[in-house]
Amino acid sequence: MNPTVSPTLNEPVWFRRLLIGVGLAFLGLFLVLPLAAVLTEALRQGLGAYLNALHEPVALAAIKLTLIAAFIAVPLNLVFGVCAAWAIAKFEFRGKSLLITLIDLPFSVSPVIAGLIYVLIFGAQGWFGQWLFEHDVKIIFAVPGIVLATIFVTFPFVARELIPVMEEQGTAEEEAALTLGASGWQTFWRVTLPNIKWGLLYGVILCNARAMGEFGAVSVVSGHIRGETNTLPLHVEILYNEYNFVAAFACASLLALLALVTLAAKSFVEWRGQEQRATVPHLIPAAAPST
Amino acid sequence: MKRIITVIAGIALATGVSAAALAKDIKLLNVSYDPTRELYADFNKAFTQYWKDKTGDNVLVNQSHGGAGKQARAVIDGLEADVVTLALAYDIDQISEKTGWFPKDWQTRLPNNSSPYTSTIVFLVRKGNPKGIKDWDDLVQPGIGVITPNPKTSGGARWNYLAAWAYALEKYGSESAARDFVTKLFKNVPVLDSGARGSTNTFVQRGIGDVFLSWENEAFLALNELGPDKFEIVLPSLSILAEPPVTLVDTVAKKHGTTEVAKAYLEYLYSPEGQRIAAKHYYRPIKPELADPNDVKRFPALNLVTIDQVFGGWQKAQKAHFSDGGIFDQIYIPSN
Repeated sequence: MNPTVSPTLNEPVWFRRLLIGVGLAFLGLFLVLPLAAVLTEALRQGLGAYLNALHEPVALAAIKLTLIAAFIAVPLNLVFGVCAAWAIAKFEFRGKSLLITLIDLPFSVSPVIAGLIYVLIFGAQGWFGQWLFEHDVKIIFAVPGIVLATIFVTFPFVARELIPVMEEQGTAEEEAALTLGASGWQTFWRVTLPNIKWGLLYGVILCNARAMGEFGAVSVVSGHIRGETNTLPLHVEILYNEYNFVAAFACASLLALLALVTLAAKSFVEWRGQEQRATVPHLIPAAAPST
Repeated sequence: MKRIITVIAGIALATGVSAAALAKDIKLLNVSYDPTRELYADFNKAFTQYWKDKTGDNVLVNQSHGGAGKQARAVIDGLEADVVTLALAYDIDQISEKTGWFPKDWQTRLPNNSSPYTSTIVFLVRKGNPKGIKDWDDLVQPGIGVITPNPKTSGGARWNYLAAWAYALEKYGSESAARDFVTKLFKNVPVLDSGARGSTNTFVQRGIGDVFLSWENEAFLALNELGPDKFEIVLPSLSILAEPPVTLVDTVAKKHGTTEVAKAYLEYLYSPEGQRIAAKHYYRPIKPELADPNDVKRFPALNLVTIDQVFGGWQKAQKAHFSDGGIFDQIYIPSN
């Protein structure tokens, strides 16, 4: 928080510069350079070819599917995340640590396994496979499977961001509101939500970025039917494998753009969140959400 | 008079509308292996036109591509393919066995063991052949990087492996010598991709390895797409006749109501147009007389053995070499 350098850290200027230089060089090499490469490759044959590649029906279908998956997964995880964080931060109950562990599960499980779980449950040889086949309900190798896999890999994001924020705030304000006669719903809208909104937004942004960018889990349940079950990341791989580099990098640039927008939104939310905490003195300044 | 015209116009309109209403939109799903992307992109266009001319219906053929073993697994798990067009018979046998969606003798339903085109395994090397690779023996020398996909997931890779085995068996005369030979060969493999196309990219784009064991069609494609100034094809003294078969998935097609069009789709592969398109995309047509002679003369004569001659068919070959704990599992130790 304190911008002045602590007196115990009296490294010489050249050393500090060296450290900063190393950090920047590293970022440049591993982040900026690949990003620039993506854009260069995408525009190799000019803007026309770039736009054409994005205007292909299969590319549009992939974009649409990616948006559908995110539009379903993000709101669901938003509701789930708020409920779970609420329960964990504000109540004491048995099995609480188990719940926390379970929320973290998708972080520790390989996305491929996440996809395979759904194949084992809904696949033709899986638990419900026969019934689903007979009743012509398609889950895996169709849109529902892709949405399920996306939900699975993204569901810790909102809850994980909110739990520390809510725990830090404690229950005092809510109790006060209830004592003053507010209903539970009013308490949530007027007291809790304003307190958590920046953390919530931050979680949603991360959740959305992962939902749109997910490859592994979605790849397993997709079936790779072009124009039907390919999300944008899968479509990029297919185009690349077909030596269609301009189109592959054009689609990749959309994902890169999403990453940049995410970064910008994330910085904005962090900045607003901190500023607000700074201007509301009666609130205990909550730590910036950890990553 | 005016009234008559109105009536005629009305009838014309009505029939026009009903004809349009009768034209159905049909969707087919063809689950295929990795290198057939360009072939089926072209073939599907031709078939859609053919079917439109014949019946007035609009067919949209959707494609899914990947390593043949992986694709078979997806169909078994419920990827609802109306037809499968895979790299080798064993993977289709597996679908039949695990799902019962089509009969076990599926391979007798279409000519030439249900393979409308064939291919073989050749070597792709870098321009000028800097390591002087001429035949299989050169692949087991120390310091040679050999690129092949994973035989567990890729059909092409299994053909690669069996071609090497067949060569060693013929040259050195015993199973144990063949096993040693293939063991040495896989010691030279730095990376196993899951499908043929991934391996092509490893060799061509990422520049890894000295020689790429490849489908003939994939080698021609790499040469064609990326310029003959970068690579050349080397023909080994002996290779294997690869027969990538096709079949209807009866239960799925029946459920979708696509049996008739799916059957016609596969039969069209054997038509002059189908054979022409196969040859154009570097697959050896089974009726070369139907294809463009200029395309056909690109295929060099090769000394080819068949899987039935050397290995007693796919079931046996799969069990001995590629099943869990089979010879491949015993000899392949990842190099890192």
